[in-house]
Amino acid sequence: MILVYIEQADKKIKKHSLEALTLAAQLAEALQSKVAAIVIGEVDNPEITAQYGADTTYLVSTTESDLLDTAARTKVWKKLVEHTGGSIVILPHSAGGKAIAGRLSVALQADVLSAVSQFVGLDGEKLLFKRPVFAGKGIATCAIQASRAVVTLLRNAISPQKREKPYRAQTIAISDVQPTVQLLQRQKTQGKVPLPEAEIVVSGGRGLKGPENWHLIEELADVLGAATACSRPVADAGWRPHSEHVGQTGITISPNLYIAIGISGAIQHLAGVNNSKTIVVINKDPEAPFFKAADYGIVGDLFEVVPKLIEALKRYKEKQ
Amino acid sequence: MKLLVCISVTPETTAPIRFTEDGQSLITEGINYIINPYDEWYALVRAIELKEQHGGQVDIVHVGPASHDVLLRKALAIGADAAYRIDLQPKDAWQAAYQIAHFAQDRAYDIIFAGKETIDYQGALVPGMVAEMLHLPFASFINYLEVEGQQVTVRCEIEGGYEEYRMPMPLVVSAAKGLAEQRIPNMRGIMMAKRKPLEVIPPQEVPAKSECIGFEKPPQRSSVKLIDPDNVEELVRLLHEEARVI
Repeated sequence: MILVYIEQADKKIKKHSLEALTLAAQLAEALQSKVAAIVIGEVDNPEITAQYGADTTYLVSTTESDLLDTAARTKVWKKLVEHTGGSIVILPHSAGGKAIAGRLSVALQADVLSAVSQFVGLDGEKLLFKRPVFAGKGIATCAIQASRAVVTLLRNAISPQKREKPYRAQTIAISDVQPTVQLLQRQKTQGKVPLPEAEIVVSGGRGLKGPENWHLIEELADVLGAATACSRPVADAGWRPHSEHVGQTGITISPNLYIAIGISGAIQHLAGVNNSKTIVVINKDPEAPFFKAADYGIVGDLFEVVPKLIEALKRYKEKQ
Repeated sequence: MKLLVCISVTPETTAPIRFTEDGQSLITEGINYIINPYDEWYALVRAIELKEQHGGQVDIVHVGPASHDVLLRKALAIGADAAYRIDLQPKDAWQAAYQIAHFAQDRAYDIIFAGKETIDYQGALVPGMVAEMLHLPFASFINYLEVEGQQVTVRCEIEGGYEEYRMPMPLVVSAAKGLAEQRIPNMRGIMMAKRKPLEVIPPQEVPAKSECIGFEKPPQRSSVKLIDPDNVEELVRLLHEEARVI
């Protein structure tokens, strides 16, 4: 049995989890196994899991306080693995997935591979996966044993594929995990798309000249329903919060569309964004290294180009 | 307070990444190595700050070869008190975590720090593994940590925000940006570091569990399509019709 952690936000199943179900279906095919979707807590449409290939969907009820702490979460997963006879656990390579992947692999005495982007195939008793290494400057093929493994899947690496299975749900109650930590508060930016999960990201660099010009980035992001990001010098100068810094020492993102405005494209910045599907660069310097890594480029003054682009996108959205 | 910082070593961010023709390994020639930035800039510095506030000692532990001693001296120059190097080039996260957990198990550390991930493999596995091996609480991706008595308050980065927890010591934490400000070693620190202890410890004999069997370069992007700045409608059209991302 391949167990897939179904991650949710506000009771909606995340697209990342549909990608994980698609990976699970590929593994199940190779290993002649079954896919189990693990839904912890309430979600609006758990039957979506069957559409994307879950043979069984386990609806797990447990008090939220049980899930706060990585040790408690690890115990919950260990019980789930024992209960379902699971052999492989697929977690999202998200904050929640990364927090428990290492712990859980030790608790299960399983092999573990994080940040996989592709399932290559079965080689004897081993599963082969590809994953980016050296900040996307290389791709490694890695082997782990198929009999017991924990895998975390990178966001936006696999396209979700429908498989339309009948929805079969089972309810499990898990108790008796004693968390040792206490949640004091949870802060989330309201109404905005979290940067790591955004399909479109608009990012600004030193070319913006100062935080007072950030309305250009925000307006463009608003039109596109995008998240905003920035380069390291911008975060270090305090123009934008650290949580927006993308790059090798900030956060790594892989959106469908990354629009870089006034960012020269230092190698450390590229490392954080080079898994984006499409990259657009707007910069007045035609020699900016970012153009070499871009799909589309505009050489021009961003203070002229960006307002025009905002207007053009507004007209396009109205036509839609 | 007794604090331990796990130090890993990675190629520097601008290092040329090339693989041997058979795709079996990284060509290390021409690569400079650095302390993993999350370990040095945030984990190590926050540990030193806590020692400055509360007293105690900061130890560092590294699993790696003798060629990394110069980097351990740098961590001592920044302000760690003693370095321990477990003499093994680890093949995977589990092997490294096992060595660290074995080292730390009888030394009664209050907090074990690590970076949130290394910037080369970005696995983010070792800190959680160490926590499970030692049966300790673990807070991942923290950008804030304060100590009050036998408790700590930490903030863990999550998508689009953070969660703030109170946790008991001892515990393991992994450090993200914002936890501290990078420190550059000064001359006095560098001189003092030469006299600080750096102990080499023989490794435990445990095999790795996973292995990387091949490496390749990522596929090249096709060359950039330049669009006239006076015709941004063309960009909108291409993003919709060709790239299909809007």
